[in-house]
Amino acid sequence: MATAESPISTGIVEIKGLRKRFGTNEVLKGIDLSVKRGEVIAIIGKSGSGKSTLLRCINGLEVFNEGTLSVDGNPLLHGNANAMRTLRQHVGMIFQGFNLFPHLSVGRNVMLAPTLVKKRHADATVAQAKKLLARVGLAEKFDAQPDQLSGGQQQRVAIARALAMEPAVLLCDEITSALDPELVGEVLRVVESLADEGMTLLMVTHEMSFARKVSDRLVFMHAGRIHEVGPPEQLFGAPQTAELKQFLSSIND
Amino acid sequence: MVDFSIWDIFRNLLLAARWTVLLSLIAFVGGGLVGLALLIVRIAKLRGAETLISAYVQLFQGTPLLMQLFLAYFGVGLFVNVSSWISVTLALTLYTSAFLTEIWRGCVASVHKGQWEASAALALNLREQLRYVIGPQALRVAVPPTVGFLVQVIKGTALASVIGFVELTKAGTMITNATFRPFTVYACLALMYFALCYPISAWSKSLESKLHGHR
Repeated sequence: MATAESPISTGIVEIKGLRKRFGTNEVLKGIDLSVKRGEVIAIIGKSGSGKSTLLRCINGLEVFNEGTLSVDGNPLLHGNANAMRTLRQHVGMIFQGFNLFPHLSVGRNVMLAPTLVKKRHADATVAQAKKLLARVGLAEKFDAQPDQLSGGQQQRVAIARALAMEPAVLLCDEITSALDPELVGEVLRVVESLADEGMTLLMVTHEMSFARKVSDRLVFMHAGRIHEVGPPEQLFGAPQTAELKQFLSSIND
Repeated sequence: MVDFSIWDIFRNLLLAARWTVLLSLIAFVGGGLVGLALLIVRIAKLRGAETLISAYVQLFQGTPLLMQLFLAYFGVGLFVNVSSWISVTLALTLYTSAFLTEIWRGCVASVHKGQWEASAALALNLREQLRYVIGPQALRVAVPPTVGFLVQVIKGTALASVIGFVELTKAGTMITNATFRPFTVYACLALMYFALCYPISAWSKSLESKLHGHR
């Protein structure tokens, strides 16, 4: 049924009526969200509000129970390995814990997926990996092992690795939460440059000032629902719901 | 009465050692292949596989190898006439595979969940995930317990004497009966087992440091 998705809906990410349960606990209670190409979306909310789960539904790391989801016109069909492989080539993801492959060098981390999935030639992937590492400021680390790098450097490698698949959408799941404070800036600068270049970004973040500065739209989630959506000035300046007011005051403490 | 020199004892034991080596190889190869197949079926989460395989593992871990050899020999013999070769191959393969699949499952489980997620997010399929991301990391962890178990299997092949194999231990007993020099014979026997097992343990150590070497 999801294959009949009409191309008229112009959003690059289309989420309709998404529900997700862990056992009897419903963590996403009907999410509708349409993300335009090039849009930068920051998802905020208390822990347990379902924001990470929502993000992880977009590339199928979590299986949802009801609703439809498509990325770049590719419907998400659980249990269909080919459809998942196609969809995931359009979605990159960066994790809180970096998740670099520890047994591979930095260069090989970046080259693995393009080589296997896109069947690119070795020369092309090497050149692309070098270019991407240079872009995140780590050109000289091509042959380094991940555990020789700082957290901030590892996260920038993870960004290069995701970009190597040339995704249409990039998901960032609290990507600075595991970093020492002095390393947060170098990662956020890379993300900001991606936003400036027109990458579609969905990020779950606790960096409110960053969310305010970079995002086009802010999504506030509470108890499994999207409570408020709008430009950052509007949500920060004139919150409409009591939940958002309370959330904003709690983070300003 | 014939006089047995130490060399005679040693020579006869060496001849018998061929059987021990052969039985061990059967167990390693057969058990390794079946164990790996079971592991993959488990990881692929085929319907009902986990229940069946964990019952299989419990069955073979919870009964003595000796009993399994008897069952494979006499039990199968009730229906078809089997050679002791087939019985011993069957019993050793099943026994070894049950232990290896469980050992390896633990090694795969020790790889951080984030590695599965990161490789899935990069659109790798299950085969590619196992071959390029999970497998190499699980392998590093798997070497010591796998080799430890294989050494147990080498010593366990002694039990195959009960269904007619004259391998090391059985040969030792027979030579003792002929020579009346149990201490000499069993000392040679122990030496021979050690000579089989020690190189494997040593190789495991070097492999381990090689696998961790390029960190």
